[in-house]
Amino acid sequence: MAERLAVKKTYKLYVGGKFPRSESGRSYEVTDAKGRFLANAAWASRKDARDAVVAARKAVGGWSGATAYNRGQVLYRVAEVMEGRHAQFVDEVAAGEGVARAKAVSLVDEAIDRWVWYAGWADKIAQVVGSSNPVAGPYFDFSVPEPTGVVAVLAPQRSSLLGLVSVLAPVIVGGNTAVLTASAERPLPAITLSEVLATSDVPGGVVNILTGTLADTAPILAAHMDVNAVDLAGAAGDAERASALELAAADNLKRVVRAPEAEPDWIAEPGLERITAYLETKTVWHPVGV
Amino acid sequence: MLDDARLSDIASSEASLRRFLHGLPGVDQTGAEARAATLATRSIKTTAKQYAIDLAISMIDLTTLEGQDTPGKVRALCAKALRPDPSDRTVPQVAAICVYPDLVATAKEALAGSDVKVASVATGFPSGRTSLAVKEADTRDAVAAGADEVDMVIDRGAFLAGHYGAVFDEIVAVKQAAGDAHLKVILETGELATYDNVRRASWLAMLAGGDFIKTSTGKVAPAATLPVTLVMLEAVRDFREATGRQVGVKPAGGIRTSKDAIKYLVLVNETAGDDWLDPDWFRLGASSLLNDLLMQRQKLTTGRYAGPDYFTLD
Repeated sequence: MAERLAVKKTYKLYVGGKFPRSESGRSYEVTDAKGRFLANAAWASRKDARDAVVAARKAVGGWSGATAYNRGQVLYRVAEVMEGRHAQFVDEVAAGEGVARAKAVSLVDEAIDRWVWYAGWADKIAQVVGSSNPVAGPYFDFSVPEPTGVVAVLAPQRSSLLGLVSVLAPVIVGGNTAVLTASAERPLPAITLSEVLATSDVPGGVVNILTGTLADTAPILAAHMDVNAVDLAGAAGDAERASALELAAADNLKRVVRAPEAEPDWIAEPGLERITAYLETKTVWHPVGV
Repeated sequence: MLDDARLSDIASSEASLRRFLHGLPGVDQTGAEARAATLATRSIKTTAKQYAIDLAISMIDLTTLEGQDTPGKVRALCAKALRPDPSDRTVPQVAAICVYPDLVATAKEALAGSDVKVASVATGFPSGRTSLAVKEADTRDAVAAGADEVDMVIDRGAFLAGHYGAVFDEIVAVKQAAGDAHLKVILETGELATYDNVRRASWLAMLAGGDFIKTSTGKVAPAATLPVTLVMLEAVRDFREATGRQVGVKPAGGIRTSKDAIKYLVLVNETAGDDWLDPDWFRLGASSLLNDLLMQRQKLTTGRYAGPDYFTLD
């Protein structure tokens, strides 16, 4: 029997619930940790970043307006679909990160568990960080967390799935929408996650995933006046780039989650900081005794 | 060549009008649509884009034609017409404000001392289903309140029924009532069904003395489209060649993005020529378009993409 011809994949971007090619028409080769060819990925340009922000902005109303309970259900469904793609994620993590198979399995398990963990927070975060405030007067007031809007996320460069989940899930669990740039050299788990999102119940535009270099898209996203917050995790260890991005983000007072000096170990317990980083507190006054 | 004698001959009876209008060459529908689509692919970048954006801003008839319009909203819109982007003095003013007749005085007051014109719709806008006497009174009202330009609607029912004479006489009468005010004739192309009809209505409006021909009221879908505007631009070009009189064109309705606006400018340049690339001869009837042009302009000057949070809601 003749040897079967390899089906080499050429992936596209994920913007507004669709999979468009890069406006630039460019793509680049993704290799495994040993330099062997894995697939072609789309090389996003500044205009793809612009389109992604438009799609994310369009999705804010519906996603932030959904009940927290519903958002939790939708996110839990994503974890279910990820579980179905478990083997594919393991292959991609093992090849991209150059780790042993057993290690890759545990990383994928941890990533899915983390997604479930964040999904659970959807309808609990308001109880924990919100409050009802007795004040010195014949009335009462409430503080409730609200999403900040469109968040640009630079996904970690090294941890291609666990790190990715750890930065993406906390953005959308609070009702924000995301424009995410995947790890430049290890984008395959992010691309597979986009296929997961497209086949689960997450509305189009809530998560938009760009592949390519940070140099092409990160400065555009950081300076974009219609982006409300930016997570610089993907610029970890590159202080020069990180400070340039922070400077660009200052123009419209974006919330900035700063880049760490080195990429952290994502295995550690995450805490709520990444959720609350993208929430605004709204306090409303409420008359009592009427 | 149509000299004055020939023109009055054409206008002398409904039969001669019909003979003339039906003698106009038919529009090649596929050809017109393909031509408009081809021109729409022109790439306008960097300095050319900067020029196009400023030109488009200066051509806007900033419009609010809603039942819920208030004097406050009109004043806000006038302020925006005078200083479209408060953070940048180099942004040109728009061409005109377009309102209902009862708000003309408010707009006139808010724009006093500026070059921004006040245009008023009239003649039973948008359907035009009133008697001629009412239409004339409506027009006189608007002009008395200070309107520099009057946007009238034609009687589409009469046009479609073939009563070209009635439509012609009505335009002449409104033109008279409008006096010195510029008369824009709205053809409402979305109701005219064919490009042939658009060409005939364009010629009819120009023969009757319209200073501008305008595609739509904005209340009927489809409003302005590229092929319809192409046909109208061909009509004004041919009309000037035949009579020596230049007539302006105003697409209105459905033009929301800078990209759309620039497509229209390309169409003007390639069809009628750059004599029409001037706010005196080409206008864009729009409201939300202005914000998009301002955002694109800011992108060009600052290098970063602009967000709608930083522009007025109107």
